[in-house]
Order: sequence, then C-alpha cells, then structure tokens
Amino acid sequence: MTRAIDLAGVWKFYGDYAALRDVTLTVEQGDCCALLGRNGAGKTTLLRILAGLSSFERGRTHLFGSSPRQAHAAFLGHGIGVYEDLSARENLLFFGRLAEVPDPDRTAAEWLERVGLANASDMLVRQFSRGMRQRLALARTFLHLPKILLLDEPFTSLDDRAITMLSELIVESRRRGATIVLSTHQLREAMVIASHVALIENGRLRHAGERTETMLDDPGLLYRLHS
Amino acid sequence: MKTVKHALLIARKDLAVELRTKESLNAAGAFSIVILLLFSFAFDPDPEQVKEIGGGLLWLVFAFAGALVFNRSFARELPNDCLDTLLASPLSPASLLTGKALANFVMLLAMELVSIVIFGIFFNVNWTRHIGELSLVFALGTWGISMLGAVFGALTVNLRLRELMLPIIIYPLLFPLLIAAIELTKLLLANQPPSPSDFLWAKILIVFDVVFTALAMMLADTILVN
Amino acid sequence: MRDKLAIGLAAAAAGLLANNLYQMFMVLPDEALQGAIYRILFFHAPAAMVGMIGYFVALTFSVLYLTSKNLIHDSLAASIVEVSLVFSVVNLVTGSIWARIIWGIWWTWDYRLTSALVCVLIFFGYLVMRRAIDEPTQRARLSSALCIFGCVDVVIVWKSIEWFRNQHPGPVLDFRTGGGKMDPAYAHVFWMNFVAILLMATALVLVRTRQEATSREIDSLRRLAHTAA
Repeated sequence: MTRAIDLAGVWKFYGDYAALRDVTLTVEQGDCCALLGRNGAGKTTLLRILAGLSSFERGRTHLFGSSPRQAHAAFLGHGIGVYEDLSARENLLFFGRLAEVPDPDRTAAEWLERVGLANASDMLVRQFSRGMRQRLALARTFLHLPKILLLDEPFTSLDDRAITMLSELIVESRRRGATIVLSTHQLREAMVIASHVALIENGRLRHAGERTETMLDDPGLLYRLHS
Repeated sequence: MKTVKHALLIARKDLAVELRTKESLNAAGAFSIVILLLFSFAFDPDPEQVKEIGGGLLWLVFAFAGALVFNRSFARELPNDCLDTLLASPLSPASLLTGKALANFVMLLAMELVSIVIFGIFFNVNWTRHIGELSLVFALGTWGISMLGAVFGALTVNLRLRELMLPIIIYPLLFPLLIAAIELTKLLLANQPPSPSDFLWAKILIVFDVVFTALAMMLADTILVN
Repeated sequence: MRDKLAIGLAAAAAGLLANNLYQMFMVLPDEALQGAIYRILFFHAPAAMVGMIGYFVALTFSVLYLTSKNLIHDSLAASIVEVSLVFSVVNLVTGSIWARIIWGIWWTWDYRLTSALVCVLIFFGYLVMRRAIDEPTQRARLSSALCIFGCVDVVIVWKSIEWFRNQHPGPVLDFRTGGGKMDPAYAHVFWMNFVAILLMATALVLVRTRQEATSREIDSLRRLAHTAA
C-alpha cells in the first residue's frame, strides 16, 4: 500500500513555543484516520501543515511523496470556504476550475443536485440558510474527487441532513481509494467511520493505530488511557 | 501557463464580485470626486497653477482613493476562511497575488477614468491631447500601486488595525513611483514636449514595476504561507 | 557574555565620544564660513551613515532569517532597524537645526534630507507592523518580507529624489563650503565620531536583541501556561 501521508519528526514552533513536538505519523492510502485531542492539543496545526497552509521548522512531511504545497489535498477548515457574494453555481464553477475538473459546468450542476441545492443554484450564498451553506461547503470540498481529504472538525455545528451527507461522502471517498484525516470531538461518529485513530496531547502524538472494536464500544477510552 | 490561468481566474472572480456589490468602486469613485471638489474650493487655482499642480493632484487622488480598493483586496477573502481554501488549492501564492493585482489594476483604472473626466470638467483641462502617452503613464503607475497594494494587502490581512496600517506602510514605499507618475502627467497635461531627462521618469516607473513585481513573485510564499 | 560585550562597547563609545567632544570644542577652530554650528556635521553625517548601513545590515539578517528560520536573526534585524531609525531621526533633527541657523528655515527639500525622511517613514511602518503582530514566527516572517521591500525601495527612493532635485534645484545641505574636500583635521574627528556612533549603535542593538529574546521567552511561557490550564 502506498503511503498517502508520511510525517516524520515534525516540530512546529510559534516563537519559542512548540505547538507540535516530534510528530511521526503515517496514513496509508485508503485509510480514514480520526485525529483526536483536546482543544489546543495541535490537531488544527497538524491539519494545516498537511494542507500546506502552515510551514514547520523541523522534520519532513510528504503526501504521496510530494510536499504539502504541491500535493493539494482538499481542506475543509472551520470556515465553509465559499464566497457570500457569488451564487452557489458560481462558487462551484470557480473552485472546479481552480481544481481543473474536466467539465466544470457539468460537475457544478451534478454536485448542486447531489447536495440538494439545484433549486437555489443562482441564489447568492449570503441569502442561504446555515444548513444550505454547510451543504455547499461539502460540495466545494468533494467536487473534484480529491485523493486526500483533510477535515477539521467537520461535524461541528452540522445539522442532521448535513451529517448524513458528510458521512456518505466520506464512505464513498474511501471506497474510491481516497485517504482521509479528520479531527473531531464527536467521538462516536469518528469511531464509526475511522479505520485508524491518532491522539494528540500538548503537541505530542500519544497514540496512533487501528481503530479497534473496543474503541467503537467505548469511544472515550483513548482519552482515559492517555490522560 | 498555469500561473497566468489561475491569476486570471482570481481576477475574474474578484471583478465579478465587485461588479455585483460595487463596494470599492463606489467608495473610491465618490472619494476621488470629493477630493477634487474640496481642492478646487480650497485653492481655486488659475489655469497656469492647474498646469503646475494637476499631475500631483491627480496622483494623490489615485493613491488615496486607491487605498479603498486595495484595502478590500485580501479582506474579501477573510469571511468563511476563503483565503485558507484558496491557499490549500492548486493555486500558487504567486498566482493569487498576481490575480489580486490584476483585479486592483482594472478597478483602479476605472476609478482613474472617472477622476480624470471630472478633473477635466472642474479645472477646464484638455487631457485628451496626449491620450496615448497619458494612458501608458496611468497604466505603468497604476500597475505599481496595484501590485504593492496586493502584496501589502496580503501581508496585513490578518493583522490588527489593518486599515490603519496599510496606508502607513504602503505610501512611503510608493514615493518614487508617485514622483515619476506626477512628473510625467504634469508634462503631458501641460502639453510640453519631453526633454531627454524626462525619460528618466518613465525609466523609474518601469524599473519600479519590474523590480517590485519580481520581488512579489519571489516572496509570495513567505507573505501568504504561515 | 552578550551583556559584557554591550557594556564594553558602550564604554568604548563613551570614551571615544568624550575625546571627540574635547577635540571638537577645545582643539578645532570654528569653520571659516559657517562658524560654530559647523560642529553639528560631526553628528549629522555619521548618524545618517550609521542609519543607512544599519538598514542594509538588517536586510541581511532578514534574508538570513527566511533561510534559517532562526528567530535570533529576526531579533537582530528588528533591533538594528530600531536603532537605525533613531540615528536617522538624529540625522533629520541635526540637519533641521543646521538649516535653521544657516538659512533661517527649519526644513528644506534637499534631496538627501527628503530621501532620509522617506526612509524613516518606510522603517517606521516596519516597526508599526511588528507591534501589531503578537505571534513571534508570523512577526518574523512578515517583518523580513517588509524589510526586503523597504531596502529595495530605499535605493530607488534615493536615485529618484536625486533626479527630481536635479530638475527642480533647491537649497543643498552641503557642509563643505566652497565645494572642496574636508580639512584633514576635521576629517579625522569626523571619522572618529563615526566610529563612536557605530560602537554606540552596536551596543544598543545588543541590548535590544536581548530584550527581544526575553519577550519571546515570556510569550512562549504564556502559551505553555494557557495550554496547561
């Protein structure tokens, strides 16, 4: 199996403060790794490094052998990453063209249909409800069928419909061989969809391995073991 | 080339948003007219004085009203963390900067066209005599302002007091470009034939544009990636 | 170790300065055309030179930081810019005093003074920006970029204002009356004062660099405390 994500001895400093300390983590192609940890542990920092949004001071990071800036993993952060003053269709067209999808118009139309926004495709995003924005964000993230997905607390403040949609998209992505790293506080959802689990605490990787049946039955186990 | 394609995509997106909202254009346009109006009341210059100060007045208007345009340049990427989404995409930081500069350039030129028409009316100046050369000066000067505006818009986008800081940082840096543009504009508005030493100003404009565009491309990653 | 070096440099600067002041006021006669005010030259020009040299040394450390990511380089760059700014302001103030006494005006758009003023404004912007950024790594990165832009601009500023002044002649702030070379006795004191000011600047840079390092340490302890809480 090809290593999709390969971090070795990564340190990230903010001034003299080490936000990540000697993190070594590998994720094989097709795996879904749930990144757990309390607020401030370093989950977002790690995801941002993988997305090429942050640099790091020591170690090395490769995504399918390339640097994060060249690998162009799909990233869904805390913000929905769509423009308020463009319509849903215009947003998907823009991001589709940026990701160089073969037929941006058709792809945009298909995804609008998929996420239930076909009837609102020409509405400006600023007129959308919260649920509609969340679904558009999902379309924006998945539309170019990325090989690597980095999702930072994707389930946070999603409504039921969006949670179901996201779970389906994750399963579907894994089926086509995509690699996923997602950070979350929703332990139950994480344990159901993840194949692997990593726990970060105070910038250090405390645990990395397969998601076991025990974890599925008792999602809080890892936190208790390593606190 | 991918960089150019992506830069054009960004520029198109920004211009589409701007045409829809007209936030920056309306503000910059209104501001430039107000400055011209205030100036004409404050100084009430005669035609000879207008020839002397017209170039300076125009470029001050462009620089100050321009701030309203390039201030928004990266600020419009902040809502919904769109900047992160862009930087995580196949778009390179250099393409992003170039695209933003292109969008600024078009918006600034639109504002300048309105300003010079109003200037011509208020101060009875025929600015169409050397419209070709004037357009070239405007283009070169405006590109420098647009590129630096994009660079420092990116640099200050996540900082406290961004709107205050951007003018403090950018205007001293624009000094040589503004002097050169002012001298050339003054010459053209006064319908004076250029002397050999006046071509030095054109050289300064070109050198400024080339050097700072190259520097911006080289430092794009440093400026945008944390 | 660095503290001892700073104290040593400051002491050497003070000693040299004391000797130079003695030379200036007790040994050298007044200048034939300018009188006593001529002595301001011994501070005005060296301050300008130290300031200008400082900006380009800061540029070197800024570029070094971008390659090494070592925050010491950023601290040095920032400290040097701060100290250079102080000496650039000394240059402007002494130039202004000279102009007031010789010409009766506080300011003139002499190309050197004007260029110096623009440089002061450029690097003032650098310091303003630094103060607006709390996170040290981000501050170092953005400051380095701004320092590079600033220094490249300084070169273009000097040349363009010089050309402007060639086309629009005005008063020229030149201490060498008659346009000739400086008398050797004056030149000796001039260069000795340049060395004194350079030593003083270096001592100040060392002190400021130490303060920057301490401030970074406090920042990281604060972050650690917040994470542990």
